[in-house]
Formats: sequence, structure tokens, C-alpha cells
Amino acid sequence: MHVPDGFLSTPVAIACAALSVAAVAAAASRSRALLGSRAVPRMGVTAAFIFSAQMINFPVAGGTSGHLVGGALAAVLLGPSAAVHAMTSVVVLQCLVFGDGGLLALGANVLNMGVLHPIVGFAVWRAVVGRIGPERSPGAARRIASVAFASWVATVVAAATCAGELALSRVAAPAVVFPAMVAIHVAIGLGEAVIAALVLATILRLRPALLNRPRPATSMGGAGSSVVLGLVASLGLALFLSPFACKWPDGLERVAQRVGLAPLHALMSAPMRDYAIPGVTSSFLATSLAAAAGTLLVFGLSCALGVWLAAPSRS
Amino acid sequence: MSGVHRLRSYEHLDSPVHRAPATIKLLSAFLLVLAIALVPVAHAGWVVIVLLALTGVARAGRVPLSAFVARVAIAEPFVLGVAVLSLFQGRGVAVFLAIALKSTTCVAAVQLLAHTTPFQDVLAVLRRARFPAVLVHTIGLLYRYLYALVDEMHRMRRARAARTWQSRRWGAWRALSSVIAVSFMRSAARAERIYAAMRARGWS
Repeated sequence: MHVPDGFLSTPVAIACAALSVAAVAAAASRSRALLGSRAVPRMGVTAAFIFSAQMINFPVAGGTSGHLVGGALAAVLLGPSAAVHAMTSVVVLQCLVFGDGGLLALGANVLNMGVLHPIVGFAVWRAVVGRIGPERSPGAARRIASVAFASWVATVVAAATCAGELALSRVAAPAVVFPAMVAIHVAIGLGEAVIAALVLATILRLRPALLNRPRPATSMGGAGSSVVLGLVASLGLALFLSPFACKWPDGLERVAQRVGLAPLHALMSAPMRDYAIPGVTSSFLATSLAAAAGTLLVFGLSCALGVWLAAPSRS
Repeated sequence: MSGVHRLRSYEHLDSPVHRAPATIKLLSAFLLVLAIALVPVAHAGWVVIVLLALTGVARAGRVPLSAFVARVAIAEPFVLGVAVLSLFQGRGVAVFLAIALKSTTCVAAVQLLAHTTPFQDVLAVLRRARFPAVLVHTIGLLYRYLYALVDEMHRMRRARAARTWQSRRWGAWRALSSVIAVSFMRSAARAERIYAAMRARGWS
């Protein structure tokens, strides 16, 4: 999912960079207070852990292989703002030291993998697992199922926003790039979900205390920073999923026309106007139904995985 | 595993290119990428000259050409995969070639930057660019412990493979994720040790 340079148009790259800067600033809002605390080495080593975990490939159907993104898993293990921090460090280092992902596209890569993956993953995890308190602690099965489902959703959503950025940059038609990216990442997301579930199951079995202790996240960033993080995530989703949210081709273009954003419209439609998209006839409703059915199916599978992995006989 | 290959970097070499100030290298890479992004499809052929020039700089920087090409090739599946999607538009072939050439050149530029800029210089630039201090610290620690953790993960995988008689598909998944889980638990313990060591040396 590392977007190299040469794909994103400058306005899209700038918009992504602005959103990422806002998110990272929010995650680091109380960073001065953190300097000198144990949160710093913890995030550094955790970032190194995520980097090394990302290097392990797993097979996806058809001879291709995917690798872990790990944002949702990191958010569950560390809390959202620490996860944004660690994931952003990973993406920045991959670009500047290993040349993975573009310079101009760094903002977009940070947004997709460093911000949206952990934030969306954490939101889904919280929604499914319920509030974890000392008095109301959900069972292992529920946690494992939640982390699996959250990882899958986060991977698919991050891929979809990536597709949105490419579509808005006019690299490919929305109706082509969106199904292609999402279809691949629905499969990769399953791998991500299984690994996240197995990792959480192993940690719950061997060192459950690591998950129950007060997390560094609670010491990082106040309510304000989580509001900003949520805001940035929803803005990013609204902006980059909009080409697909309305009817398939060029929903945003139509919106721009109606609202009267003529310059924006000209900017977006400059390089090429007419798409010839063969074979895309599926209606919006049918696609939505398929998506809903697929999501429910994965949710069911996640629950089954959770129950199975949490069963004492499996340990 | 493609891992080792990806982590081999030539940033520690010594050459005129390596000694050039990191700020200038970063800025010029950024401007170059920006300029390439703005080249219209009809004139994309000229980008070949930039690609050749970059190869020349790689030679001057003593970056082995094979390593350079191999690292650029790692990004190619994504480049070509997305470029293929552009075939479904009007003027598809021209757009495909333009995108493939432009982004390959950009990838080469970023790779060259990565191969010829010592990491400490990168950190200094980030610090000067007013990155949040905690983020710069995190990136520094990430780089410091990255190789240790990758090595550890390799050792665990090898140990696991040596002890597993026959690994079925599901078994492989379980082995993979138990390596990841144990690596996380070890990294938590390692972070505590590092914190104690940092404190003992006066870090605050």
C-alpha cells in the first residue's frame, strides 16, 4: 500500500499532508511532557517491532503475497495515539531510509497507514468489544474476534482511501481503481485479521498483564487530541471516499459543479475527461448489498475465530 | 523472505554524494519529484534523461548498480499494477507508459536519496524542520533497534522451523503469529530495560 511518487497529483498530496500533519501534531500534543518518560523508548521499540512484523510476508491467493500493516493491532496493544505515533515513525523511516513509498506521497502514506489504519481499527475494536474497564472486562473470545474484525475493516478502509487518492489524482477511473484495490485488500485483510487474532490470542495466553496494565496511551494526549484524531480520520475518509460514495463515476465532480467550485473542478478534471470503462454496469445498490453481505460474513468468521482460539483446548 | 534485501542500505558509504548536505539532497529530491509529477503525458519521454542522470549520480555515490536496480524493482509491482489500471481510460497506452516511466524515475530518486543520506543527517533535518521532538526520538530509537529486532525475529523463525517436523498450512500461520506475538512481548521487556539504561545514563 506504499504509494510511490508519480501517482498523486499535487493538490491531493498537499491535502493528505495537511491531514497527516494535523493528526501527528494531535498525537504528539503533549509530547513535551512525555520527553524523559518511559513512553519514548516504548514507542521506539514498538515501532521497530511493527517494522519487523511488516517484513513477514504471508501468502494471498494467486501467488501474490501480502504483509501485515499492523496499525489496528498496534492501536489495540498500545492505544490510538501511541499507535499513530509508532506507525507514522515506521512510514517516515521506510520512506527516508529505505526508499519505500514516495517523498511527495509521504503525506498520503502516513494518512493511510499511519493514521487511518490505527484510528479506524481502534474505533471498530472499541465498538465491537465494548468498553474495557477493570470491572467489565470482556472475555478472550470477544477480544480476539474484535481485533480480527477491526484489522480487516482497517485494511480495507485504508486501501479504499488509497484508491480514492489515486482516483482523485486522475491516475485511473474510480470505477476501475476502487474495485481493484478493495478486492485485493479484502483478501490481504483476511490475512491481517488472522495474524492479529493469533497474536492477541498468544499474548492473552502468555502475558495477559501486558494488555490489562494502564496503557501508555492513557498518559499520551488528552481528550482534545483524540477529538482531533477522530476529526482528521473522518475528514480523510469523507474526502477520499467521496468519489465512490455517490454514484460510481465522478460523484465529486458533480458535487463540485453544483457547489460552484469551478477552480477545484478544473483542477481535478484537467488531464483527461472521458473515461471508457468496460464492463462496469453494476448498480450502486447491488454493490452496497454485496459489500454489506461480505462485511457480515467476515464479522461472523471473526467471531468463530475468536471462540475457537479462546477455547481452552487450543492452548 | 525479501527482508534482508530490503534492509541493505548504502547510506554509510563515503563519497562526494554522501558528504553533500542532507538538507540540499532532501530538497532537491523533493523538487525533482514535484517537477516529474508536473510533466504532462505528451512530454513524458524526456524523463528518461532524468533517469539516466540519477544512474550517473548513483555511480558517483558508489551505490552498486545491481542493488539500486533491485530496490527499484521492489516497488515495481505497485507501480505497474496501478499503471495498468490507467489502461482502461481513453489514450490508455500513452498514459500507462507515461505513468510507469514517471513513477519509476521518482522511485529511483527516492531510493538514491535513501542510499546516499546517512541516517543521522536525516534525523538532524527532521529536528530542524520542527518535527515533534518525541517523534524524532521515536524514529531514532526505531532505527537503532530495528536491526536487533529483525535479527531476533529471524532467529525465532529459524528455531521454530528447525523444531517443527512438518508444517501444514494452518501450522505455518500459527508459527508465524506466535513469532510476532513473542516478539511483541520481548520488545515490551526490552523497552523497559532500555528505559532503565537511559535513566541510568542521565536521560531525562
